[in-house]
Amino acid sequence: MTISNKARYALMSLMGVGLAFIYIPLSVVIINSFNSSRTFSWPPQSFTTQWWSKAIGNTGVRKAFGWSLTAGLLATAIALLLGTSLAFAVSRYDFFGKEVISLLVILPISLPGVVTGIALSNAFNQQLGISTGLMTIVIGHATFTIVVVYNNALARLKRMGTSLQEASMDLGANGITTFRLITLPNLASALFAGALLAFGLSFDEIVVTTFTAGPGIQTLPIWIYNNLFRPNQAPIVNVVAATLVIVSVLPIYLSQRLSQDSTSGGRF
Amino acid sequence: MKSSVARWMYKRPKFRLVALLAAPTLWLVVAYLGALGALLVTAFFTIDSFTGDVVAQFNLGNFQDMLTDPAYRNVVLRTLGIALSVTLICATFAIPMAFFMAKIAKPRNQKILVALVLTPLWASYLVKIYAWRSMLEPRTGVIDWVLGPIGIRSPGFGGPAIVIGLSYLWLPYMILPIYAGLERLPNSLLDASGDLGAGNFYTFRRVILPLIFPSLVAGSMFTFSLSLGDYITAQIIGGKLQMLGNVVYQNFSINLPFAATIATIPVAIMAIYLWLVRRTGALASL
Repeated sequence: MTISNKARYALMSLMGVGLAFIYIPLSVVIINSFNSSRTFSWPPQSFTTQWWSKAIGNTGVRKAFGWSLTAGLLATAIALLLGTSLAFAVSRYDFFGKEVISLLVILPISLPGVVTGIALSNAFNQQLGISTGLMTIVIGHATFTIVVVYNNALARLKRMGTSLQEASMDLGANGITTFRLITLPNLASALFAGALLAFGLSFDEIVVTTFTAGPGIQTLPIWIYNNLFRPNQAPIVNVVAATLVIVSVLPIYLSQRLSQDSTSGGRF
Repeated sequence: MKSSVARWMYKRPKFRLVALLAAPTLWLVVAYLGALGALLVTAFFTIDSFTGDVVAQFNLGNFQDMLTDPAYRNVVLRTLGIALSVTLICATFAIPMAFFMAKIAKPRNQKILVALVLTPLWASYLVKIYAWRSMLEPRTGVIDWVLGPIGIRSPGFGGPAIVIGLSYLWLPYMILPIYAGLERLPNSLLDASGDLGAGNFYTFRRVILPLIFPSLVAGSMFTFSLSLGDYITAQIIGGKLQMLGNVVYQNFSINLPFAATIATIPVAIMAIYLWLVRRTGALASL
């Protein structure tokens, strides 16, 4: 393409500035976790690894991590089940209200989290009288993660078409065998990408969790938030924050390895 | 046994459809729409001023308070201003970056750049805002350390900090759809425009911009709507400044009906925004 060298360099430097804008704050988080000072001051005067060993032994962090993992896995399982069956219904059948249901599934992620949060909390506490706890967190998280599994599964089902299934059934396989040997293997990587994204969203969620978690449960984001303004916890918070930054590379690596569909893990 | 079940199912497509639809529909309609509906109804209730309990008596008092008190009007305008600034800043950064990624970078580097833009999306939301606390901290922060010597000071915690923080959070959501839009745009169009004598800027304004408009709209739906309902960023780096979400959050425990009333504002704004977007036809070509 013909583009002047001047414009080319200008764009290249803008790209550089943009990447610097993205990565400088994240690097600060990682460097700060080795800062030997208890209170925040930049630049760090000296470095230490003692906060890392303290954070690993911290029971609050361990418990919070456990709750986040449990809630994330349960919510992902529900989202996988509901999102996939909805994707099958929408891609393979015509029915009354199809437009409405495909709009309804994106609503929980399009509305502000605070609206979803107080709506669910109001329903649980005032209307239904359910005490909030792990179950209500899972319900909240599943509600807004169904859409990501649904989107991934629907895109794959539409692209797959039905000819493979028809061929399989022409060759004598029944519906269940066809699903097990043809449909599911073809769908698997899309479901994996959707599940990964659903888990990521759930693991990171704070707003809906704030309103649906009972007093006894702290997920990792809630733990970070509660300790953010406690000066003596700052070094531990820094280590947890740095860990989350470093771990964020993992899903990108996995989705690039496993799915050629889109590098975004199906977020778009 | 198994094949007889399969045969039975095969003959009944209606049954299969109902089986597939039942659980997700029940979940979304009962758990989600039901909760939203109940919240909307609560917006018309009031609370007992002694006990603080919700009194189920229909009245428009909350809406009257919300519309007549200038404090709430200011919060709405401020929140809209922040959401619009964030969207504009993200678009200004995202267009050149996406253009470089899609049209100038070598194919091998393209993949790396996409991964570099995507990775922060998986880093925790809270951690990213926390990072900006360290950046913006007056005197001891990173910005004052780096830019202080050349006379640039950190804006501290407040409105500008919220705009910076939210732009930082949602920038990848703007870059990725524009990148996808530019990738679909054939290079020959740009060449043709150049051959016909258009300069870089003219080509951008008359050829590229109209064609990536749907992608811009897609990105803006993230940047705008995510900013509109946010309250955690304002709590962490906003100083004393309040956004709509903060008002909802604060009223949640003391006056739930009023919180519900305020919560209708971002929903209404998003509905209007979506309606405007629909009218431009940008959604259809996504």
